[in-house]
Amino acid sequence: MLKVSGITQVFGGLIALDNVSLTVRKGDITGVIGPNGAGKTTLFNIVTGIYAQTSGTIHLESKNISGFTPERLAHLGMVRTFQNIELFGQMSVLENVMVGLHTRSRSGILACALKLPGHIREERAIRERAMHWLEYVGIADMARIQAANLPFGKGRLLEIARAMALEPRIILMDEPAAGLNSRETAELALLIRRVRESGITVALVEHDMELVMDVCDHILVLNLGKMLAEGTPREIQENEAVIAAYLGEG
Amino acid sequence: MPLSWWKSNRRTGYWLNRDYTNYLSFLTSTAQVIKVACAVLVITLEEQMQFSDQLIQYILSGLSTGAIYALIGFGFAIIYNTTSIINFAQGEFVMLGGMSSVYFLTVLNFPLPVAILAAIILATSIGVIFERLAIRPIKQATNLNLVIITIGGSILIRGLAMLLWGKDTHAMPTFSGNDPLYVAGATILPQHLWIFAITLLIIIGNRLFFNYSIAGKAMRACACNRRAANLVGIDVRRMVMFSFIISSAMGSMAGIIIAPLTMTSYDVGIMLGLKGFCAAIIGGMSSGFGTVLGGLLLGVLESLGAGLISSGYKDAIAFIILLLILFFRPQGLFKKSETERV
Amino acid sequence: MKRELVKFLIFAALLLSAPLIFKGGYLLNVLVFVGIHTILAVGLNLLLGYAGQISLGHAAFFGLGAYISGILTTTYNVNPWLAIIIAAVAVGIMAFVVGFPILKLKGHYLAMATLCLGIIIYITFNEAIDLTGGPSGLSGIPNLSIGQLIFDNDLKNYYLIWTFTLATMLLSINLANSRIGRALRAIHDSEVAARVMGVNARLLKVQIFALSAFISAIAGSLYAHTMTFISPASFGFNFSIELVTMVIIGGLGSIYGSFLGAALLTLLPELLRAFQDYDIMIYGLLLILMTMFMPGGLVRGLSALFAAISPKIPGREKGSA
Repeated sequence: MLKVSGITQVFGGLIALDNVSLTVRKGDITGVIGPNGAGKTTLFNIVTGIYAQTSGTIHLESKNISGFTPERLAHLGMVRTFQNIELFGQMSVLENVMVGLHTRSRSGILACALKLPGHIREERAIRERAMHWLEYVGIADMARIQAANLPFGKGRLLEIARAMALEPRIILMDEPAAGLNSRETAELALLIRRVRESGITVALVEHDMELVMDVCDHILVLNLGKMLAEGTPREIQENEAVIAAYLGEG
Repeated sequence: MPLSWWKSNRRTGYWLNRDYTNYLSFLTSTAQVIKVACAVLVITLEEQMQFSDQLIQYILSGLSTGAIYALIGFGFAIIYNTTSIINFAQGEFVMLGGMSSVYFLTVLNFPLPVAILAAIILATSIGVIFERLAIRPIKQATNLNLVIITIGGSILIRGLAMLLWGKDTHAMPTFSGNDPLYVAGATILPQHLWIFAITLLIIIGNRLFFNYSIAGKAMRACACNRRAANLVGIDVRRMVMFSFIISSAMGSMAGIIIAPLTMTSYDVGIMLGLKGFCAAIIGGMSSGFGTVLGGLLLGVLESLGAGLISSGYKDAIAFIILLLILFFRPQGLFKKSETERV
Repeated sequence: MKRELVKFLIFAALLLSAPLIFKGGYLLNVLVFVGIHTILAVGLNLLLGYAGQISLGHAAFFGLGAYISGILTTTYNVNPWLAIIIAAVAVGIMAFVVGFPILKLKGHYLAMATLCLGIIIYITFNEAIDLTGGPSGLSGIPNLSIGQLIFDNDLKNYYLIWTFTLATMLLSINLANSRIGRALRAIHDSEVAARVMGVNARLLKVQIFALSAFISAIAGSLYAHTMTFISPASFGFNFSIELVTMVIIGGLGSIYGSFLGAALLTLLPELLRAFQDYDIMIYGLLLILMTMFMPGGLVRGLSALFAAISPKIPGREKGSA
């Protein structure tokens, strides 16, 4: 579904990514791992339109999306979550998810200001859908709390609920387990599986090996910007170069 | 400052290993600017030979106001580099310099050097008080809050000045008389020379301070990465205080040396501040040659515009330039563009 | 949603019945200005409070509305109502075009750019004497009228202005509580996340900037036709700062707060008549103190104060509506 080809990214004098390619199959859960500085988040940022790559292409279901802005990608069904969760802190939990429904609604400035009937109906639908997604991740009881006041683990869940509200085809998660304890991580694994079961393709960047080996169908290992290995979790676990890269790092 | 810091800088290979890339890029851009300026100048001169005397006069007065803009711009750059705050009140320190020196000179009858010193001390004290009371205690340091507080501060200082010294414009006597010198068909007043000399001294002083003194380097460290500076033991809060002290001192000096040429009143701060900011932006918010060139360029363009096009729109010229730079090259004319990391 | 409507209707009822209570002519005149300033503050709040974009040049849009309307009606004898529409649309379009490059900037740079824009326009008001009358101003601007009813005294102007003010407030409240309002606040909190969710941040910022300018221009035209005389002095940098102060004091993101801020800052100089020389100083002090101690503005500050004082009710969660 997502085909990343030959991405090279150069920042000033630093080669962050060197000819990296990745194919994410539809319905798979794909993981990208690697020691610190491997370029995983950079890759994600490029794929999700936050920066433009120096060279290489990206295709989403054979449509070339290289250089598309994040908002355009959202309309094409690609969404991501952030390593340092980017919530809308001043808004309530429910409102955060309602923003996720932005692409599923249409009222413009005029319709909203004049409170046209179409808009009123749409608002009601947005509110209901948003509550649905909060229930899906299990934080519906926190709907009215200001997002900035959420504990970190719940904040992660909120980000996922918000991303799901967009009804994406593919969701990219940047270190979703970062900062979670083992119980929360196990719950996250269950959630990721449920997301996949609903037909959404998942790709994640992660450091937590247990989560990755548990949940992913296919893994890409990066090291220092280059592709090191690619395969199923079992293949990666047995790959000597991967073991060396991780142990070598200390 | 003890001698030890001086000695600590004289390592072998120091001069060889220094990073000259910024200088090189600066020189290349300057060369380009000079090339363009010369071309414009030559064309203008060729077409309007009879204006050449006037032209040189415009350029000269433009250079002297430009020097002032550069000084004010330094003030912005120094505070910005240490604290990431744009001190909207900077122009008011310039105003304070001019107004208070007039007061000390004409009302309290201090001799000139004493009046100047007193004015600088007054402005600097107010700078310190402002930093202490308004800047340091800010808990929610959002961009907007800081902008509003420094604007509030500038309004407060302006209000104080109006209260103390009224709304009239005041004239200040020149430092060493009014006998003009004639150079290349233009009239130079001694005050112009004072402006150039003092500005040059301040620029050199700045350079020495920031590049060779521990305090200066510490301030530069704060600019690059505040938390890291804190961790290596730099007292960031003191550095912030220093930056305010230096900026207000320089700003007030600028106000003092220009006051004899242009009248001063309680509300000159706004315009001067903005133009100084323009100089700083052109120079990429660096407290170096970029800002100097920015100031000079601005002063000359403004003067030429006022003389050749229209004097009513004179102020607008600086702002149009600033706007264009903000639109097309906000990092200034003299820096390479930087990539942003997310 | 019903609560919002009831709140608004009570507010509207209070405002519309005010002249019956305050029969005094002078106070009525001040309240007319409060109305105009509220329109301006609400417009600015959409940009500043909701979208989080600083503008230090809004007085220029106010002035442009006033001058375009004034010039069209005096020099070209255009019908005043038509002139208002033309002025507002023209300013809106201008702001839309200028908005694209300006709103690429952020923080201080945006503040400076809007400041520059404001000053350049102010200088033009002063210098384009043939068109605007320069520093001595433009006079003879006709009052608005509907048929035989001419709006030429404080009472009639009060109702005229406040109809517009209440309409602006209602529309802004609707906008704020809608999908667009959420998108704006999202941009304010985390522009990158908003974009990832599909919000076209760049376009929306420019649209709100243009809307804000449009609203300010309407206020400007109304001002021109009520005062029948305008001069550049009312549209300078100082007034831009005053507008920002009104919004901040009232509370960013609070429409009723903008009314409070506008009311306070319009009434304060009147109350402080005796302290005329101190007014600039008090102004600056107010700004500093408000930002230091009540960064959420009066509305939020007072309600936080109220919440802190009132007895704790068990089971109440922290949060906002």
